[in-house]
Amino acid sequence: MKKILNGIVAVGILASSTAIAGETINGAGATFPYPVYSAWAYQYYKETGVKLNYQSIGSGGGIRQIRNRTVDFGASDAPLPPKKLDEYRLYQFPAIIGGVVPVVNIPGVKAGQLKLDADALCHIYLGEIKYWDNSHLKELNPNLRLPHKKITVVHRSDGSGTTAIFTHYLSDACPQWKEKVGAGKAVNWPVGIGGKGNEGVANYVKRLKYSIGYVEFAYAKQNRLAYTLLKNKAGNFVAPSIETFKSAGATANFDPKKHFYLWMVNAPGKNAWPIAGASFILEAREKKEADKKVNKFFKWAFENGDEIAIKLDYVPLPKELKEKIYKYWKENGIYPEE
Amino acid sequence: MKKLKKLPFQDIFFGIIAFSASFLVLSLIFSTVLVLYNESSLAIHRFGIINFILTEEWDPVREIFGAAASLYGTLVTTVLSLLFAIPIAIGIAIFLAEVSPHLLKTPIGIAIEMLAAIPSIIYGMWGLFTLAPIMGNYIEPALQNTLGKIPVIGKLFEGTPTGIDLLTASLVLSIMIIPFIASIARDSLNLTPNIMKESAYALGATKWDVVKDIMIPYAKLGIYGGIVLALGRALGETMAVAFVLGNNHQITLSLLDAAATITVTLANEFTEADSDIYLSSLFYLALILFVLSFVILAIAKFFLLKAERGYSR
Repeated sequence: MKKILNGIVAVGILASSTAIAGETINGAGATFPYPVYSAWAYQYYKETGVKLNYQSIGSGGGIRQIRNRTVDFGASDAPLPPKKLDEYRLYQFPAIIGGVVPVVNIPGVKAGQLKLDADALCHIYLGEIKYWDNSHLKELNPNLRLPHKKITVVHRSDGSGTTAIFTHYLSDACPQWKEKVGAGKAVNWPVGIGGKGNEGVANYVKRLKYSIGYVEFAYAKQNRLAYTLLKNKAGNFVAPSIETFKSAGATANFDPKKHFYLWMVNAPGKNAWPIAGASFILEAREKKEADKKVNKFFKWAFENGDEIAIKLDYVPLPKELKEKIYKYWKENGIYPEE
Repeated sequence: MKKLKKLPFQDIFFGIIAFSASFLVLSLIFSTVLVLYNESSLAIHRFGIINFILTEEWDPVREIFGAAASLYGTLVTTVLSLLFAIPIAIGIAIFLAEVSPHLLKTPIGIAIEMLAAIPSIIYGMWGLFTLAPIMGNYIEPALQNTLGKIPVIGKLFEGTPTGIDLLTASLVLSIMIIPFIASIARDSLNLTPNIMKESAYALGATKWDVVKDIMIPYAKLGIYGGIVLALGRALGETMAVAFVLGNNHQITLSLLDAAATITVTLANEFTEADSDIYLSSLFYLALILFVLSFVILAIAKFFLLKAERGYSR
């Protein structure tokens, strides 16, 4: 008798707990913003009881899932052009900004000491600048003692949004790169070894002397890698930091009419970091009610999630961009009502 | 009387279950091939068969794909790892069967079998954090300074020794497949009838003579079987190789260069493949690997059967 009673109580508790659980929003896609989305989701759940279930299966997977409408929103590091958005019937807007940072391992050179420009980076990754004491590099760095050692180039072995941002920067700033290699999540690298993930590249650069690689800013900071200064479009040498990334976000021209399709590289600001990119959210056009629920979460994140993002080394969107996004939602009927 | 009447029905019932189980396995294999072919049809139509297999270029931006580089890497790592693993594994088996003191047999045997239980991603991580630095900083420069100076063989050791290359990947792979060959070889060697060994000793043979001329010929089939098993494992291994190979789509003679294998390409590029032709080409690679494994294992099985028939004459 006692056992049966216990059983009924247990089942009752289980049943009621699922009733209290509340609704769930499902999303899938890019791995780059996963840490900040899950941090936001945790806070959002504590405040509203709505769960966010995000699967970081990669941008390609995210795009495929939202095309098949198996999730409420998709996340992609690479923005889709307006033609594709019309074809797949999707809305698109940015959610978070990140910076890609070149890192080097040259004994004696500390973080923020080496100065590079687009030309130098481009020719290093094309394999045309082979030694660290190349004349162009010495010109940019008259005060550094650069050794006569071969440059070991490190890139990504897997497809990634980080590579997409980096190669778009190289294509934009360097016509030779655009012609020979092009931009994309995975490219036909002329030289170098491939590391798996940001962690892989960081690991190689840390281990291999006289190497150069590119990683998301968070990885450069956490692994204490020697990042370089870069010459931006305005002609100034800037260091990677939240301020220079924010400056890139503020001066980049996001156009709601083009569904915010923009590669944020080479932003024109005086203080802008030249290799920055946004991560985007994709929503189905015909599911306005579901979109409103998703946008409720992102509106909450835009209003309350800035510190969380900065603590995780991400860059929150500038205020003007957030206003543009709210207007975009209102115009398309997916603005979350209170 | 009752029991006799029930028996046929139970037999029929059991027969149906057994048949369905085997049919299920066969249909799974068949449907796998069907799905692979279906998904890769776009790439097959665009690139053809011979052209795709012989094209080295793998360019996702220009959407030109070819399997040559990945196939080369798969074949080189498999062959190299077998070359490293077979002598060592047979040596271990002979040691455990004939040479080792009785007390050591069990602990060493268990240790070897534990090697097979380690998940392959742990091998990959160990390769990345431990083996690759040792290879890149000590062993590969040493190889370059000795074997690298010899005119023809030297071509195998060109390039900057980073530790992320075909040599390291093959080493990691060989450590992974040693337990497969070693356990099966040891069990086969232990099966040699004592009377044959004792007769040989009585005729004045040394221990090495007995091993070489009595035990190994007797255990030949078992050893081949172990090697085939290891071959299958090496062809399909992904994670152990993914961390230390670099995924560079190039056909290179030097063992100190980064390369790519089919499994590493699939693991690295599948999730982010956005265009349809990219995804289709990856499925095409998978289909090629499937056919390749099937053909190689079928050939191996054929030789095994031939040897078996020749032996039992």
